[in-house]
Amino acid sequence: MEFIELKNVFKVYKNGVSALADVNLSISKGEFVFIIGQSGSGKSTLTKLLYREEKPNRGSVFVGNINVSKLKNGNVYKLRRKIGVVFQDFKLLPKLNVYENIAYPLESYGMKDSEIREKVLKALERVGLKEKIRSYPNQLSGGEQQRVCIARAIVNEPKLIICDEPTGDLDPKISKEIMDVLDKINREMDSTIIMATHDREIVNRMKKRVVCLHEGVIVSDKKKGSYVQNENA
Amino acid sequence: MFKMRMLRICRKSIKDAFKSIFRNFSLSMASISCTAVTLILVAVAILVTYNVRSITNDIEEVLTIVALVDQNATEEEVEALKTQINDLENVDAEKTTYDTTTDIKESLSKDDDIKEILEILDDFKLESAFVVHVKDVRDITDTAMEIEGFDKVSRVKYGESLVNKLVSMFDIIKNACIVAVIALILVTAFLIANTIKITIFSRRQEINIMRLVGTSNTVIKFPFLIEGFVLGIIGAIIPILLTIYGYAFFYDFVGGKLFTDLVVLVKPEEIIYITSLVLVIVGGVVGMFGSVNAVRRYLKI
Repeated sequence: MEFIELKNVFKVYKNGVSALADVNLSISKGEFVFIIGQSGSGKSTLTKLLYREEKPNRGSVFVGNINVSKLKNGNVYKLRRKIGVVFQDFKLLPKLNVYENIAYPLESYGMKDSEIREKVLKALERVGLKEKIRSYPNQLSGGEQQRVCIARAIVNEPKLIICDEPTGDLDPKISKEIMDVLDKINREMDSTIIMATHDREIVNRMKKRVVCLHEGVIVSDKKKGSYVQNENA
Repeated sequence: MFKMRMLRICRKSIKDAFKSIFRNFSLSMASISCTAVTLILVAVAILVTYNVRSITNDIEEVLTIVALVDQNATEEEVEALKTQINDLENVDAEKTTYDTTTDIKESLSKDDDIKEILEILDDFKLESAFVVHVKDVRDITDTAMEIEGFDKVSRVKYGESLVNKLVSMFDIIKNACIVAVIALILVTAFLIANTIKITIFSRRQEINIMRLVGTSNTVIKFPFLIEGFVLGIIGAIIPILLTIYGYAFFYDFVGGKLFTDLVVLVKPEEIIYITSLVLVIVGGVVGMFGSVNAVRRYLKI
């Protein structure tokens, strides 16, 4: 079995909107995969299924050896500790500084202070933001906030990093920097990265595997090196 | 290893709880003051109940039925009467005594003035009597009537009906206090639940992020429980100070007695510490209860 497996996954929201229909997808360890598609194509839903923010109506979702679709609510945290998630809106805690924001998950796992410090500094170094360690989110630019979010996602060295439109709110130059950081993490940490985006420029430049969704259905799945000329291709 | 981890999580939860109390300072103050007001009333109710009980006990101690025995009763008849009286359900047989005329004379003679009088009135008639202690002063009238009906009992005397009324009035006060305490405790729990509810709502974004980064439900909930507990304990501080200093001041002010010598208040040192302990426990438990309630209802994770 592959590292990530989605088998015949259907997702219909309570309001009747069908987000995913019969999705089958396998992703190997260490892969960097873009999930692309227009707004409402089901990109976000697909990523949310992976970290159990949503449950499929039918089909199964496997991450590692965990059957995510059958995971009990009380055990979801165990899955999430093995996954790093990067959000479009960063989701940083405004009253905590950079260090505290990154240390936060580890503290809640009950990790030792010295171990936390070591891991946080390492993560900050990876995203190149060591000098802002005592700053608060509102003192940072959008790009810097996203780096903090990435640092928080990688601090526990997860084998899977899920990014939901991480460059959605950032300008092209900053987006490129963020992508370089993610690429480096993919290579250095051997983490699998799944990134939902509709930023065509990024996808074309990175030359990674690209899965294209259209109205909840996978319409194309191009291997490493391919790029997208048309979102519906 | 596991223990150390739990310890660190506890430490973080306690830190977070205090942070949250200070962060939502005005809200915390509101619920602390409400708790304080309620606990003051609880303290007053406890003090009143305790005093009323003690006063009732005192009255019960001194309230006896004096059954005067027919002068021409034989020893056997007196013995039979004694068994009859002691067999009554409401009679405290151990405390009940039989005083012969000689006993009474001796006891009266201890007082020099009375001794003189007794010597002057040589033929002063004294009657032997049973001094009957009752178990429950509320039924004293019934018991007295029963004794009066016994053979060889010439007359029966017992505490005036005023005392009886006083006791039943105290009973009402005591019961009203108990009801008030229970009602107030419920109000406090509700107030703290409300504070925790607002805290949960104001921290919804934070809780959501915690969940997303893999914080377990227990770790998310724990600080809220501690917060409720701490709010309850802080709310108990002022009521405790008022109990300790206020009651002592009141006791000294009235000289330990209320209206008459019969109504003796409980000494401060006998009551204030236990009351304070009760306030701390009530504050803490009620705070925790309130937050458990709020967490269960509003923190659906």
